[in-house]
Amino acid sequence: MDGLVVTDADRRRYARRHLAGRIALYVIAVLSALAAAGPFVWAAITTFKQDSDLYRRRNNPFVFNETPTNDHIDLLFNRTGFATFAWNTLWVGVLVVLITLVLSLPAAYSLARLDRPWSGRMGIAIFFVYLVPPTLLFLSLSRLVVALGLQDSTWSLVVIYPTITVPVSVWLLIGFLKTIPKDIEEQAMVDGYSRVGAMVRVVAPLLFPGLVAVVVFAFTLTASEFIYALAFISPSAEKVISTGVPTELVRGDVFFWQSLQAAAVLVAVPIALVFNLFLDRFIAGFTQGAVKG
Amino acid sequence: MGAPSAERVEQAPARASVQLARRRLADRDGALAWLFVSPAVVYILALVGLPFVLAIAFSLSDVTGGDPSFDWVGLQNFERIFADPVFWRSLRNTFVFTAVSMLLIVVFGKVLANVLIADFKGRWLVRFLVLLPWTTPVALSTITWLWMLDSVFSPIDWVLRTAGLIQTNMFWLGVPHLAMASVITVHVWRLVPLAAVIMMAGLLSIPKDVQEQALVDGAGYWRRMFEITIPLTAPVIAISALFGAIFTFTDMTVVYVLTRGGPTNETQVLASWAFFRGIEGSDIGQGAAIALFLFPLLLAAAIAILRAVRRMEIG
Repeated sequence: MDGLVVTDADRRRYARRHLAGRIALYVIAVLSALAAAGPFVWAAITTFKQDSDLYRRRNNPFVFNETPTNDHIDLLFNRTGFATFAWNTLWVGVLVVLITLVLSLPAAYSLARLDRPWSGRMGIAIFFVYLVPPTLLFLSLSRLVVALGLQDSTWSLVVIYPTITVPVSVWLLIGFLKTIPKDIEEQAMVDGYSRVGAMVRVVAPLLFPGLVAVVVFAFTLTASEFIYALAFISPSAEKVISTGVPTELVRGDVFFWQSLQAAAVLVAVPIALVFNLFLDRFIAGFTQGAVKG
Repeated sequence: MGAPSAERVEQAPARASVQLARRRLADRDGALAWLFVSPAVVYILALVGLPFVLAIAFSLSDVTGGDPSFDWVGLQNFERIFADPVFWRSLRNTFVFTAVSMLLIVVFGKVLANVLIADFKGRWLVRFLVLLPWTTPVALSTITWLWMLDSVFSPIDWVLRTAGLIQTNMFWLGVPHLAMASVITVHVWRLVPLAAVIMMAGLLSIPKDVQEQALVDGAGYWRRMFEITIPLTAPVIAISALFGAIFTFTDMTVVYVLTRGGPTNETQVLASWAFFRGIEGSDIGQGAAIALFLFPLLLAAAIAILRAVRRMEIG
């Protein structure tokens, strides 16, 4: 095909195809949004339902057949440890993110930049650590946690969670570092910076998108972790969201459905909002980094 | 952080020599390489390596929750779990769960990634809604599903009933195949957003001129998809599939919250079975043996996929 001669028929076909593409795009976008957020919409409706409305099989579950009520949110905040769980999740997350950065940034820099003969193998070894799953380690780790005197304390999670986040972060950061040209440090070192100085003052700022990606990723992983939190901690006051909410609001066979749903929505929305703020940066970093690896 | 000049050699001789010494260390790549990598390595050795060895030891011992003393029993735990039909059922379920989930996650993730990188009105809202399942702590989102799949009050059943498609409720979590389908659905629902984000990164990394050139050359949508997009993003898809498969293979949260392995172990996976045996059943030796069984399988899968990716990058 010549590619230069465009007939009317071609143009019309192209326009039709374009329109069909746009329609398909919107349809899939709306369907995906519904599929992803549907359970949360349903949860939000449930939250405000009275028991008599909720537990009637014939009632339309998507509308309020009786007046909405705030009681269940009140129960969640005032008669369960929800606020404590949220606070525990937050500070555990922040500390884990800090530890992760302190451990993984120098490690990634060393593996990506200070070419040692062992760099490549060490990088793969650290990646393989990610393959050792929590389900394999929680039995022996719970022993270790007892030996450290951290059983039933939220601190056990602060100590253990970096084992999940550090390997992933090192791996991500190596990818990001590869996108920053080496000349930048060399130039800085010619200008009188030491290696460490160049790393801290010149490379770290350029690495910012990568650091953001690591922070967001590590925090999301930490907030969502379930197995260690379940295996290590039993007192309510020390629990985090992911274990505290199910155990406090499910008593034997009694599920406090409305409050459970309220908790899910209240936690989901802020994390998703923050994540969305950083999404483009996250993807940009990912693109330049890990992919071209 | 100070100004750059603070780093330069100072006037005062004493300070200068201290700084020179520091400079020398700060410039010695060999020493720095070790210094930088060792905290992470020590941390990992202490909290992954040591527990890993301990897990192997547990699997060869008769340690239980009630009797923590360590007695060597050789491969007895393995013999016992191999003799247990629940183990084989869990193993089979793990494979079914992982294979079906991964297939669906890769396909849906790809479609979703294509949608999310396109420009359209309301993109921000769609992105926000689509990412919700992944950013919500899994235990909470699974509870929402537990309520959606309730045997009496399920809204899904209500819709189907009202539409006249079913007469009685489906009992999603009470019927073996439906329970498995439910567990897979929830898991897929939760991981598709992450897969989509990773694949978006892959799609965006394709140089624009390659796509444009193909368009100019008259390649249609599907042709571009199969001859450019998919080959160029294959390494990313493989890596996200690797992460996803490992994660799925070893995950038990959805099973734990939704079905607790039921009905009658029909949805039990190795990870949840190890947890029930090891923590709730207090038989640490057997729990460790079951959990350890995951490892060689993971290793094989990881090596296979990494090899495939490397071959693609060279080719």
